[in-house]
Amino acid sequence: MSSIKIELRKEDVDFIKGVCDSFKNDPQELINVLHTCQEHFGYLPAEVQEVISDNLNVPVAKVYGVVTFYSFFTMTPKGQHPISICLGTACYVRGAEKVLEEFKKELGLQVGQVTTDGKFSLSSLRCVGACGLAPVVMVGEKTYGRVAPDDVRNILKEYE
Amino acid sequence: METVKLIIDNKEVEVPKGTTIQKAAKLLGIDIPTLCYMDLHDLNIENKPGGCRICVAEVKGRRNLAPTCSTRCEEGMVVSTHTVRVLNARRTVMEFILSDHPKDCLVCPKSGNCELQSMAHRLGIREIPGQEYAAMSTYRKDFSPSIIRDLDKCIMCRRCETMCNTVQTVGALSAVNRGFMAAVAPAFEQNLEFSTCTYCGQCVAVCPTGALTEINHVPSVLRALVDPTKTVVVQTAPAVRAALGEEFGYEPGTLVTGKMVAALRALGFKYVFDTDFAADLTIIEEGTELLDRLTRHLKGDKTARLPILTSCCPGWVNFFEEYFPDLKDVPSTSKSPQQMFGAIAKTYFADILGINRKDMVVVSIMPCLAKKYECQRPEFSVDNNPDVDFSISTRELAAFIKQANIDLKTLKDEEFDAPLGESSGAGVIFGTTGGVIEAAVRTAYEVHTGKKLERVDFTELRGLEGVRSATIDFNGLPINIGIAHGLGNARKLLDDVRSGKSQFHAIEVMACPGGCIGGGGQPLHHGNSEIIKERAAALYREDRQKPLRKSHDNPFIKKLYEEFLGKPNGEKAHHLLHTHYFDKKKKIMIKQ
Repeated sequence: MSSIKIELRKEDVDFIKGVCDSFKNDPQELINVLHTCQEHFGYLPAEVQEVISDNLNVPVAKVYGVVTFYSFFTMTPKGQHPISICLGTACYVRGAEKVLEEFKKELGLQVGQVTTDGKFSLSSLRCVGACGLAPVVMVGEKTYGRVAPDDVRNILKEYE
Repeated sequence: METVKLIIDNKEVEVPKGTTIQKAAKLLGIDIPTLCYMDLHDLNIENKPGGCRICVAEVKGRRNLAPTCSTRCEEGMVVSTHTVRVLNARRTVMEFILSDHPKDCLVCPKSGNCELQSMAHRLGIREIPGQEYAAMSTYRKDFSPSIIRDLDKCIMCRRCETMCNTVQTVGALSAVNRGFMAAVAPAFEQNLEFSTCTYCGQCVAVCPTGALTEINHVPSVLRALVDPTKTVVVQTAPAVRAALGEEFGYEPGTLVTGKMVAALRALGFKYVFDTDFAADLTIIEEGTELLDRLTRHLKGDKTARLPILTSCCPGWVNFFEEYFPDLKDVPSTSKSPQQMFGAIAKTYFADILGINRKDMVVVSIMPCLAKKYECQRPEFSVDNNPDVDFSISTRELAAFIKQANIDLKTLKDEEFDAPLGESSGAGVIFGTTGGVIEAAVRTAYEVHTGKKLERVDFTELRGLEGVRSATIDFNGLPINIGIAHGLGNARKLLDDVRSGKSQFHAIEVMACPGGCIGGGGQPLHHGNSEIIKERAAALYREDRQKPLRKSHDNPFIKKLYEEFLGKPNGEKAHHLLHTHYFDKKKKIMIKQ
């Protein structure tokens, strides 16, 4: 449940309409439309879902149902520096969970949340294909390997 | 037709290709239990998510158990529906469902009428293992003017979702989230009140558990009844008399009109009146409006919009205000019978009694949950005093009668009070799909042609087909009539009206499949559509038994116009008996 109220600009609405049009406004393409919109906006606030619902002629409750079913979709915006901790098997067995706990503690966040200043957001993912570097943390596009809980503070410092 | 032969529990059966195992088993007298599957055959409604897995059976050569509701029969199949493996699986599934279900059966509003409870009993579940480990998911309760959602009791059968989306095309409810947090909810998990919900109550009518129930107004009615300063007047909708008996062990389709009147009197209602009277009144107003628009239209008046749409169903009114606000000048402006009754009771009848409207309480007994919302609409009140104070459903009335120690079966038939209790057969058939328009045709024909109808039974307007049409000859003038029941069917006709394709002069719409007899406030049909057919037959039977069968022949209606209202569609009638509609297209509200 998003608690952020946003006002879509006309160009945002036009963008969503354009996406829906490119999928021929076919209700079957809902997931693809959501995918493209999330790529553009970074997340899927209620207002975006409403415009999609209007254009695809799918009840907004259904759109919300799909958004909440797939963990890939999110209704909270990502931070300026989105942090992802890999919890795939290799990273997990090498202590990724402890790293995650450390990030939670340092930032005061739960997975899926964003700091009040919008700087950092925290998420977990399953395998980035760099198991040799386990445990792996990504901040934005940058990858950190063999991360120990003690490194967390230093990583965050880089972005201050 | 291609058929297949198979063996179920050592008995051979031949069925058309494509038949499910569950249906084939039924032909052999084998009743495979299910929680989520629902088939309202006569109404063309099916819920088949294959989700509950209670209906599993063993199919020879197949590794896993097959859900029989969604597995098709194949040639030579050998099916066993009650092996140890099947019974254990079924029990385990049931135990899982129950482990996350509240254990407040004793005080649950659905107790005694709950399919989950019956299933636990049928499967002989005597304990629920694993409870100490199970995390109970909890959701906040949602109270709307008509419906309570208590999602802790949801078992994700998704029948409500089918009704709301596929059947009604309202789209207020959808499955959201996943795992333990999965639930059926409106968009963004807002309250129903802020969704596109029309309060038709079809979700409540099919919910197997206590997850969806109606707001109970019986305590408020009871308080009014014991207040010596209040005169409490009750009105009963046509469809109630054809279904109330079911709650007391009568066969579906048994009319209990006289006993219902006696019970209401025993409950302490000072005047027991009939909404059918107001239905007759609706016909006079709506029929006059139809003829007026028709005459103007034939003369070339472009402002006279056709078709005219009936407006007696509050779920339907909510639907077009939400989805077709651009067409809000198309429906008849006539209020629903419930509201017409309230308006007349608190003016005309209060005057007769010489009391202030504030000292009168009008209660309605309705097969409907949308009526609860309708009577709370601000435009239906005068100085904050509503025309109808409380609306209770057929189910609530049955519970009330039982609480008051009244044995309905032993009651002697009694008659409605005068003057608002007399009705014609036309008023009675309002309760079933096609009934309102048949009643309107009976009156409009005679008024328009000046001739007496030879035949009052318009069987071409009857039936359970979702969308029906018929052309009635008004003495050389062919009148095209459309009928839809279920909001999804109504949407089809409305789309045609919007695009200008509609050739109809008049369209009747009822929100619930079957009309009011299948309303959200009626005794639960538990997936048996035969019950709805029986109720319809009962109303047509009562119509045939009535000495008067046309609304304009009702002497009390004539008297009401002479003494009080003046002319149909006249100034006073317009003020009291007509309304207007609003653009209620929902804008999503974001919870802060």
